[in-house]
Amino acid sequence: MPDSPRQNSTPSSPASKPSALDSQLSALSGRLRLPPRQHLALVAGILGAVVVSLFSGSLDAYFLDVALGVGINIILAVSLNLVNGHTGQFSLGHAGFMSVGAYLSAACTVFLGPRLLGHGDPGALAQNLLFLGALLAGGLCAALAGVLVGIPSLRLKGDYLALVTLGFGEIIRVIFQNIDALGGALGFNGVPAYTTFGWTYTWVALTIFTVGCLVNSTYGRGFLATHDDEVAAESVGLNTTRYKITAFTVGAFFAGVAGGLFAHLKLSIDPRGFDFMRSIEIVVMVILGGMGNTLGVILAAVLLTLLPEVLRPVAEYRMVIYSFLLIVLMLARPQGLLNFRFGKNRI
Amino acid sequence: MTELLQQLINGLSLGAIYALLALGYTMVYGVLRFINFAHADIFMVGSFIGYYLGGHVPQATLWGGMVVLLATMLGGALLGVLIERFAYRPLRGGPTLNVLITAIGVSLLLENGGQLVFGATPRTFPQLFPFERFQFGRLVVSSNQLTVIGVAALLIAALQLVIFKTRMGMAMRAVSLNPKAAQLVGVNINTVISFTFALGSALAAAGGILYSMNYPSIDPLMGVMPGLKAFTAAILGGIGNIPGAALGGLILGGAETLVGGSRHLSTYKDAIAFGILIVILLFRPAGLLGRRMVEKV
Repeated sequence: MPDSPRQNSTPSSPASKPSALDSQLSALSGRLRLPPRQHLALVAGILGAVVVSLFSGSLDAYFLDVALGVGINIILAVSLNLVNGHTGQFSLGHAGFMSVGAYLSAACTVFLGPRLLGHGDPGALAQNLLFLGALLAGGLCAALAGVLVGIPSLRLKGDYLALVTLGFGEIIRVIFQNIDALGGALGFNGVPAYTTFGWTYTWVALTIFTVGCLVNSTYGRGFLATHDDEVAAESVGLNTTRYKITAFTVGAFFAGVAGGLFAHLKLSIDPRGFDFMRSIEIVVMVILGGMGNTLGVILAAVLLTLLPEVLRPVAEYRMVIYSFLLIVLMLARPQGLLNFRFGKNRI
Repeated sequence: MTELLQQLINGLSLGAIYALLALGYTMVYGVLRFINFAHADIFMVGSFIGYYLGGHVPQATLWGGMVVLLATMLGGALLGVLIERFAYRPLRGGPTLNVLITAIGVSLLLENGGQLVFGATPRTFPQLFPFERFQFGRLVVSSNQLTVIGVAALLIAALQLVIFKTRMGMAMRAVSLNPKAAQLVGVNINTVISFTFALGSALAAAGGILYSMNYPSIDPLMGVMPGLKAFTAAILGGIGNIPGAALGGLILGGAETLVGGSRHLSTYKDAIAFGILIVILLFRPAGLLGRRMVEKV
C-alpha cells in the first residue's frame, strides 16, 4: 500500500517554536525547489502502487482480490467523506454514482474496446490507455450525474437531502435495470479484467490527494465553513450552494471511477449490487472513521472491508456479527472509531 | 375505465399498508428527529410472528385472524420498545447521524438474524381471515383487500384518537413540539418515547400481517422496499404530520399500482415513489401538509 499523501490536518500547537531543523529543512527545500510535500507523497504513492503491481503475479489471488476491494472502498469512502464529512451534506446516493461509472466504463471497454484495439492482442499499453479512458469517461459521466442531481436536491437539508439522494440512487438503479443493451435486470457480463493493483492504488492516491488538497486549500475552507454553519458562511459572502455542488461533483467523479474499477474487477455488474445498502456501507465507513477525518475514514474502509473476510469461517453468522459490532461500536465510540481528537472540534 | 377503478382499489389496499408504516416513521421522527431504519424490519418480524401464530389458530376464521393480529401487534410493540431502550436511548442527545447508523445496524441485525432464525427461503403466509372474492361487473375485490383497508382505517382512526384525546397523546405532541419545554412542565420523556415506539411498532407489525395477506410470500428481506417507500410517504405528506403520512401512503400506493399496471412503465414501478418524492420536495420542501419551519440564527 502506498503512502497516503494526506495532509497534516492537525495544526501544530502555536506554542511550539519552529525548531532549527525546521528552518534548515525549509532553507534546503528553498534551495532545491522541492515540490510541496503532498505532491511528493502522491508520486510516491503512485510509484509504490505500480511497483507492487509489477509483482502482483506472485501474490495470492485471494489476497489480491481482497486488496483491490479494499482500495475501491477507500476511494468510495474518501470521496464520500468530502460530501458527508467535510461539507456536512448527508448523501445516501453514492452507490448510484458508482453504478453510473461502472456501467459507462464497462460499456466503453466492451463496445468501444474491440473497435479501437482490433481483435488481436492489443498490447499492454493500448489496453491500459483504453482502460484509463474508460475510467475517466465513467468518472466524468458520474460527475455529470452529480451536477444534475446536486443542483435541485442541494436546496434541501439534513434528512430530506439524505432521502432525495437515496431516491436518485434508486432511480438510477431502476433505469439501468431497464436498459437492455447493458444487460438489464440480468446484469452486464463479459467485462474485461483490466483492474490491476497499480490502477486501483494509483486512483486511491489520486483521490486522497485531490480531496486533501481541495479541503486544505484556501478555497477549500469554504467546504468546512458550509459544514460548520451555513448561515454564517453565507453571511460572509461564501456561495454555499456552489461549494455543495462542487463537493458533490468531485465526490461523484471518484465514485464513478471506483465503479469503473469495480466493474473491471468483478467482470460482471448487476444493478442490484448498487442499491442503497451499498451506499449505506460507504456511509458507515465515513461515520465510523470520524466524519471529516481522512485517515480515520481510510482505516475504517480497510477494517470494514476486511471484517467480513475475517468472519468468513463463521459464514452463517458473519452478517449478524457485522451488524452487531456496528451497533456496539456506535454505542461505545459515538465520535467515530478512529477519531482520536478528543475535546477539540474537528476542522 | 373498469381497469382504472380496479387499479385504484388495488392501490388503496397497498396505500393503506404504506400509510400504517409511514405513521410509525413519522411519529418516531416527530419525537426523536431521526429515521428509524429498523421500522421496516419490525414490519417483517410482525409478518413472521403472524406466520408462526397462524399455524396455531384455526385458519380462515374471523376470531383466529383477530387473535393473531392483536398478538402480533403486541409482539411488535414489545420489540420496538426493546430496540429503543437498548440501542437508541444510550445515544440520545448525541449527533443524529450516530443514531442513524445505529438504526441501520439494528435493521441489518434483524434482517440477518431473521435469515438465520427463519431461513432465507420465502415462506407462504397462511390465510388468516376468511377469504372470499366479490365480483361487481368486471371489478374484482377480494375480502383480503377489504380487510386490509378496513383494519388500516380502523387503526389510523384509533391512533388519531390516542394522539388527540388522551393525556399520553398530549404528552407526545408536547415532546415533538419541544422536548426540553415538555420536560420542564413534568412530562416524562422516556415514557413518552417508549410509548411512541410501542405505538409505531404495533402499527408496523399489523402492517406486516396485512401486507402478507395480499402478497403471501414472506422472507426476512421483505421489509426493505415497503419500508423505504413508506418513509418516502411520510416525507411526502410532511414529516411529523400524522394525516400527512396517511395521505402520502395512499398517494404512493395509488401511483405505484397505476404505474405497475400500465403497459410501458411497469418496470419503473419501484422508481415512481422516489420520482414523486423528488418533485414534491423541490416545490414544497416541507411536504404536502407540513408546515415550513423558518430557520432562526
